[in-house]
Amino acid sequence: MTKPILKLDDVVVNVNQNTPEQITILNHLNLTVNEGDFITVLGSNGAGKSTLFNSIGGNLKIDGGSITVRDKDITHFSEERRTHFLSRVFQDPKLGTAPRMTVAENLLLAKKRGEKRHLKPRGLKPNMAEFKTLTETMRNGLEHRLNTPTGSLSGGQRQALSFLMATLKRPDILLLDEHTAALDPKTSQQLMEATNDRIKEEKLTCLMITHHLEDALKYGNRLIVLQDGQISFDVSGAEKASLTQEQLLTFFADIEQ
Amino acid sequence: MNLIVSAIGQGLLWAVLGLGLFLTFRILDFPDMTVEGTFPLGAAASVAAIAHGFSPLVATLIAIGVGMLAGLITGLLYTKGKIPILLAGILVMTAAYSINLRIMGRANLSLLGKPTLFKTHFLQSLPMYFDSVTLGMIMIVVVTLLLIYFLQTDLGQTFIATGDNEVMARSLGIKTDNMKIMGLMVSNGMISLGGALVAQNNGYADVNMGIGIIVIALASIIIGEVAFGELTLNQRLIAVTLGSILYRFVLLIVLNLGFNANDLNLLSAIVLALCMMLPVFRKKFSFKHMMKRGLETND
Repeated sequence: MTKPILKLDDVVVNVNQNTPEQITILNHLNLTVNEGDFITVLGSNGAGKSTLFNSIGGNLKIDGGSITVRDKDITHFSEERRTHFLSRVFQDPKLGTAPRMTVAENLLLAKKRGEKRHLKPRGLKPNMAEFKTLTETMRNGLEHRLNTPTGSLSGGQRQALSFLMATLKRPDILLLDEHTAALDPKTSQQLMEATNDRIKEEKLTCLMITHHLEDALKYGNRLIVLQDGQISFDVSGAEKASLTQEQLLTFFADIEQ
Repeated sequence: MNLIVSAIGQGLLWAVLGLGLFLTFRILDFPDMTVEGTFPLGAAASVAAIAHGFSPLVATLIAIGVGMLAGLITGLLYTKGKIPILLAGILVMTAAYSINLRIMGRANLSLLGKPTLFKTHFLQSLPMYFDSVTLGMIMIVVVTLLLIYFLQTDLGQTFIATGDNEVMARSLGIKTDNMKIMGLMVSNGMISLGGALVAQNNGYADVNMGIGIIVIALASIIIGEVAFGELTLNQRLIAVTLGSILYRFVLLIVLNLGFNANDLNLLSAIVLALCMMLPVFRKKFSFKHMMKRGLETND
């Protein structure tokens, strides 16, 4: 279980590079993620959380350092190529699903994530039974709306669908970017529980950005805090389990000063 | 009667433009101006090829090929060159004007005495105007069936997803740039096919025949949508053809009202503008809305 799956070495990301306004977002950041890790990522606004995810996801070119997945250097892999082993869920429910396509069509697209697509009939019907059992696990009525365009789903259902789509074809690495933040507290908690169940069940390796200290403490086996483009705090295992909200708050207060 | 048959024939021949534009305007969700150049390009290429002794069928295939090439250039300018799609289309459209003059060697090229797809024995044996109805029908059925098949394939689904949500499409490993280029190529190939057919039906190609083409193609899409309302994707493809025929009927009516052919572009623009504004009017003037407004407090 402690085999490293993702390694970031000395990663640097600047904006406005080579201009007087140059700002360093990720400042020689190092991170090793082990197989089966469920890491919650905390950090104030501008600490570089989203940039970290974009660097791993490949929709942002890094200006220094390297990223390796299973000992393979993927620093220069395109975003599309990384989808072979990586999937993500965005904060905005609108970003994760195709609104004019039905729930089942969206799931079918996700089932073939990272694969080459040919001029073969898509074969939706043989998958319907599987999609039904799968959507039932979300416990929010999604299974009755398989033939509904996702644009007319509620935000919670859409986000649950995005999450299912990201995990339908098992990713080596799952990135959750505040995927429950846009939902009301009850729906948010429901999705968080379902997320946790599925990650445990499938033994997924996952990084999850959150602003909820409670969630960050409750879920996952490891917690990291990003600050000024570096990882300033990293606890796992028993140490993480015994961490309290007060301790975290004190830690954040220290950062502020 | 003849006028109605003629309108149906024209509607069928021009419907392929609406179907072509549907791929970019409705599925990829951007306006592609290239079509104003590829329509006369298809006309010029096919007429010039026939004039050089190629068979009408080969000439039509050549037209499809050059149309796809124009779409490829727009696609490359847009995706790789990062030129906004509207401008990329206008650039290729402008360039196509010169190309068309080069291909034809002059502004207008006639097919007088030359074979065309419409001059086969079978089509000539039909009553007047039924040649364009028959050929148009065959072409539209083939094109629509191919599109319906394509859109239900894995590739077609990724094409739809690209237009629907590009961020999601990329996160699922879909090469969205390639999808856009492919869409532009197929779309412009179809527009060019329309140009080749219309030119052969008219018996000539003219370098100015592309003006207002995007409005006509859009009109068949929008009229189809306004007339038939909520439809599935496959039904919408058929609605485009019906919309194209309806549009010809509208033109027939306004021409009978005393307008002449020189007014056609103005009329096309007005018809399209009215159809596109219809949802706004419906909202503004709907009874339900008025009732609600009447009940709202004024503070």
